[in-house]
Amino acid sequence: MAEAQTGRRRAKKPRLAVWKFTSCDGCQLTLLDLEDELLAIAEALEIAYFPEATSRPLRGRYDLSLVEGSITTPEERERILEVRRRSRHLVAIGACATAGGIQALRNFADVAEYARIVYARPDYIRTLASSTPISDHVPVDFELRGCPIAKHQLLETVAAFLHGRRPHIPTHSVCAECKLAGNACVLVGAGTPCLGPATRAGCGALCPSFGRGCYGCFGPMENPNPPSLSDRLAALGMEKETLRRFWRSFNAGAPDFRRESARHGP
Amino acid sequence: MGERDGHLLTVAGLEALLQALTAQGRRLIGPTIRDGAILYEEIEGIADLPRGWTDEQGPGSYRLRRREDDALFGHVVGPHSWKRFLHPPRRELWRARERDGEVELRPAALPEERLALVGVRSCELAAIRIQDRVLLEGPFADPHYRAMRERIFLLAVDCGEPAATCFCTSMGGGPQAREGFDLALTEILLDGERCFFLRTGSAAGAALVAELDPPPADARAKSAAAAVVERARASMGRKMPEADIRDLLLASLDHPRWERIAERCLACTNCTLVCPTCFCSTVEDTNDLLSGETVRSQRWDSCFSAEFSYMNGRAVRAGTASRYRQWMVHKLATWHDQFGSSGCVGCGRCITWCPVGIDITEEVAAFAAGAAVPAEGD
Repeated sequence: MAEAQTGRRRAKKPRLAVWKFTSCDGCQLTLLDLEDELLAIAEALEIAYFPEATSRPLRGRYDLSLVEGSITTPEERERILEVRRRSRHLVAIGACATAGGIQALRNFADVAEYARIVYARPDYIRTLASSTPISDHVPVDFELRGCPIAKHQLLETVAAFLHGRRPHIPTHSVCAECKLAGNACVLVGAGTPCLGPATRAGCGALCPSFGRGCYGCFGPMENPNPPSLSDRLAALGMEKETLRRFWRSFNAGAPDFRRESARHGP
Repeated sequence: MGERDGHLLTVAGLEALLQALTAQGRRLIGPTIRDGAILYEEIEGIADLPRGWTDEQGPGSYRLRRREDDALFGHVVGPHSWKRFLHPPRRELWRARERDGEVELRPAALPEERLALVGVRSCELAAIRIQDRVLLEGPFADPHYRAMRERIFLLAVDCGEPAATCFCTSMGGGPQAREGFDLALTEILLDGERCFFLRTGSAAGAALVAELDPPPADARAKSAAAAVVERARASMGRKMPEADIRDLLLASLDHPRWERIAERCLACTNCTLVCPTCFCSTVEDTNDLLSGETVRSQRWDSCFSAEFSYMNGRAVRAGTASRYRQWMVHKLATWHDQFGSSGCVGCGRCITWCPVGIDITEEVAAFAAGAAVPAEGD
């Protein structure tokens, strides 16, 4: 505590913390991946708590908390309350923190049975029956989608925070990014299954730019119409079981995708 | 201008024409194959054209197919339109920074590049004309658009084989380029040899013809060209209903059909972004983390996004039905009031590139058929 207070006196920079819950660490590594901008970030903000970059956890209050990961254990359910208490602004980052992540597949299954199959001593495992986003547990000021998040969106959010303005994070479809990039549509032009017309932009249409369909890493766009897209994919030959799986991946727990996958099977 | 007379150009003559345009310091942009589609990209000469290829189009479907001949322009329009170059998807408008307590504003430089657009179709000339009205002739002229537009050379091509999604003739246009071009080609066969009937549409075009000095076209070439255009006119893939569409749509604002369309519509924005006349854009300010230097840039926007109608804390057009209605009623009805013409040129892109294949002609036909349903209020 004393150390943190000294730090605050030395420079009145806003204090940034990066917290991790159930996740793969990929989103917080996006911060380190901002190679060209990292020094500027370190100059503008005091990076006060960041387990991926330092092993020195500090206590105190934070002006901006980036929270990665979903809530999957009783301990995490308590810890997120503590993080919220310590944070002036809390931004949930990534598919885990905003929709429960790939581990939200457990929400469709029996976790106790999974534990029996996977672990030699399932009685050592203390876990919740579901994987849920941060916003299910505490108020969240802003959400950055993606699996992983896009580094330019992270930078934009941090810059917007520092200048006290609203971040420009579009909520429209991936299609708009594809068209701006000048890509030929893989769904129309090749019949490739693509979730782009129902998925929120942010990745810069990464997969379609390489001839692949969108996997929905950024979760549902605003005002999505998953049933109509499913009808189209079915007309192109996609089986019901494949459709169910197609909607049920990194953002399986996002309500619009969850409802659509459930229409095609349990 | 000698437009009535015309000249005859061989395939080698076309190559010479393209090289003459390059020699003027112009970058050539034309149809070329990339990622399984015919896109408008930089080309160097006829070797980059999709020779011997065609595009099969239908609602929500586009495939390239080998032709049985080696036609250079035996295809129609793809997902790109020329607005990509005249009214680009993204561009910087200005940047600002604070210096000694003063805000210093620096507008982005206007483009100095000279482009030659190769293979511009009649529907696209009509679309450029429409964007001229919006971006040049309104109360606020777009200086970037003007700079690009004033320097551009338009080499048009008449259509020989419309796609199944084409309906330019319903919208008062094509398949023949009639005005607004510098030079126009009709691809023909004379005694089995591929060549072009060349028409001149401007002083810049005439100067190039004088430089290249191709032979004048004889009566046979002219009638072959006329036959190509006539065949295209007779084989339009689609037709817009012949109703007074403006009045029809304005009387149908409460029609239940809008909700039916919204059951299919993905609100994905594709129709607006492939449309050669849709001109809407938004501006975004971003700033540098440390210096605070602010950059304002413009990017294409779409009336299908929530942000587009966001006012006073919420999107005015919250649902897809109202967004589709906004797009279609503006395009086909209120565009007349605003800009003196329809906003649709019948290119069919919105039909082909809609992932679920919503067909604007079919929807208008449904409104026309259901015109008996009385409109309630406004």
